[in-house]
Amino acid sequence: MSNLKRRKIKNKIFHALVFASTLFGVIILAVLLFDIFKDGLKWINFDFFNNFTSRIPTRAGIKAPLLGSLWIILLTTVIAFPVGVGTAIYLEEYAKKNWITNIIQVNISNLAGVPSIVFGILGLAVFVNMFGFGRSILSGALTLALLILPVIIVSSQEALRSVPTELKQGAYALGMTKWKVVTGVVLPYSMPSILTGGILSISRALGETAPLIMVGAVAFVAFTPKSIFDSFSILPMQIYSWTSRPQEEFHGLAAAGIIVLLVILFLSNAIAIILRNKYEDRLKG
Amino acid sequence: MRANAIDITDNGVSCKKKLKRRNPFSEILVKIILSLFAGISILTTIAIIIILCKETLGFFQEVSIKEFLTGTEWTALFNPPKFGVLPLLIGTMMISIIGSLIALPIGLGSAIYLSEYASERTRKILKPILEILAGVPTIVYGYFALTFITPVIRNIFPSANVFNALSASIAVGIMIIPMVSSLSEDAMRAVPDSLRQGAYALGCTKLEVATKVVMPAALSSIISSFVLAVSRAIGETMIVTLAAGSMPKFTFNPLENVQTMTAFIVQVASGDVVHGGLAYKTIFAVGMLLFIITLGMNILSRIIIKKYKEEY
Repeated sequence: MSNLKRRKIKNKIFHALVFASTLFGVIILAVLLFDIFKDGLKWINFDFFNNFTSRIPTRAGIKAPLLGSLWIILLTTVIAFPVGVGTAIYLEEYAKKNWITNIIQVNISNLAGVPSIVFGILGLAVFVNMFGFGRSILSGALTLALLILPVIIVSSQEALRSVPTELKQGAYALGMTKWKVVTGVVLPYSMPSILTGGILSISRALGETAPLIMVGAVAFVAFTPKSIFDSFSILPMQIYSWTSRPQEEFHGLAAAGIIVLLVILFLSNAIAIILRNKYEDRLKG
Repeated sequence: MRANAIDITDNGVSCKKKLKRRNPFSEILVKIILSLFAGISILTTIAIIIILCKETLGFFQEVSIKEFLTGTEWTALFNPPKFGVLPLLIGTMMISIIGSLIALPIGLGSAIYLSEYASERTRKILKPILEILAGVPTIVYGYFALTFITPVIRNIFPSANVFNALSASIAVGIMIIPMVSSLSEDAMRAVPDSLRQGAYALGCTKLEVATKVVMPAALSSIISSFVLAVSRAIGETMIVTLAAGSMPKFTFNPLENVQTMTAFIVQVASGDVVHGGLAYKTIFAVGMLLFIITLGMNILSRIIIKKYKEEY
């Protein structure tokens, strides 16, 4: 066999190998979804959404954790989004490029790599015990807000950087103050991609379990939360609790809970993608 | 505003003065508020470090550091408690190493495929699918490990425990594949096309271009993505809590149940712990170790990128 032929065959084998490894992820995703839908679909009905959890599988539902997740996510968004976007605006538009800014920047990317459970430990020590918020929705939301803050900051910074300098300079030339330039030019231009990043990080928060176990999410809640100081359950916590039981029925319930969680995530990601596409169209047009 | 504009035509210097004076108080206030927001992230880091240090010091007043770091028995919640962290550390390492052995080659393989081999059309289909995989919550992988991977493993190795390190490792591996592939792919796509064209002109096959030109050029970012992925595996919690078990064991057998550092922290937190008691403090001691390891790896990955980045 000639040398060239051997090299071409090697290339073909390699092509097949790397294609197979890409396919691996796709197949795993298919198997995972199939496994979950096969186990869980039959448990999804009206009662599943309208019942509290129960020791009897057929009576168990996700009313409390679904509402709990909703409360937590809303509160997390309200806290994390302004702070995250504000930090990004400060770093991109206001701060001088000096060593302090550099430290803040390095610190943010380090925080993004801290395991979520460490944020849970922080929440337990600071919000639950030191501030005395107890094992409440507020503690949970504050913890999650700190967890997703670095991601929101970084994605917002990227969005802000994409604003053309000419636009900003034009605004300054008209005599606008910095804040006017930010609110009148920079933010309107970059808002779609800030929102895209925000939605993606908030949907990440929706699936987080470990930090909320640390600040006291419980699996057996039989009431709907009335205030941010109530104790709470969340969807992933309920899934965790059902999965860790040995009985087959509870695994079915867990799978049903996962389907609900995945549908919510899918919808929020779809919104993010639609926003991104709209934004890209506008840039082209 | 209009007054300023007129000033400019009159006298540039006075305009500058007036602008400064007219820079309203609200502008300064906005800047202060925004800088406070930026301070929150610094404050978070400081709080993490202070809290971990404080409680860990309290822990080491009751347990010797030597016992903690060299002991081979971890029975923190039993009587008498023993605080040798090695079983937790080995459980963690075993799961992240096996997980990485699965994820790194597969992740790199898909990165090479997507960046070098795939047509633009195929890429547009496959990449979003991998992104979905990245967005699946870890609790879902935990469920998948326990209800799907574990039965398969126990079919192949009947001696395997219901909770075993292998099942958790595989799920952790699957979880970090998208991270490796997307970071490495970004790095490889950033390699300028002129390098590829040059190699093709010399008669290279795609394989040779990918492995001898593109990969070496993107090596620093690829390795740093590996380090980040391993660090993610070490910090992963729900998969190991569900699938690996809750028995801290000094073992290297992946078919046995083990406990990781993260799973231990969850176990303590989901029970009734007395605030300030010794069990409460162990959370912080173990958390400190976890924090140091993952922080070290994140810094390492940044150093790799900074020091060895190829300039094109």
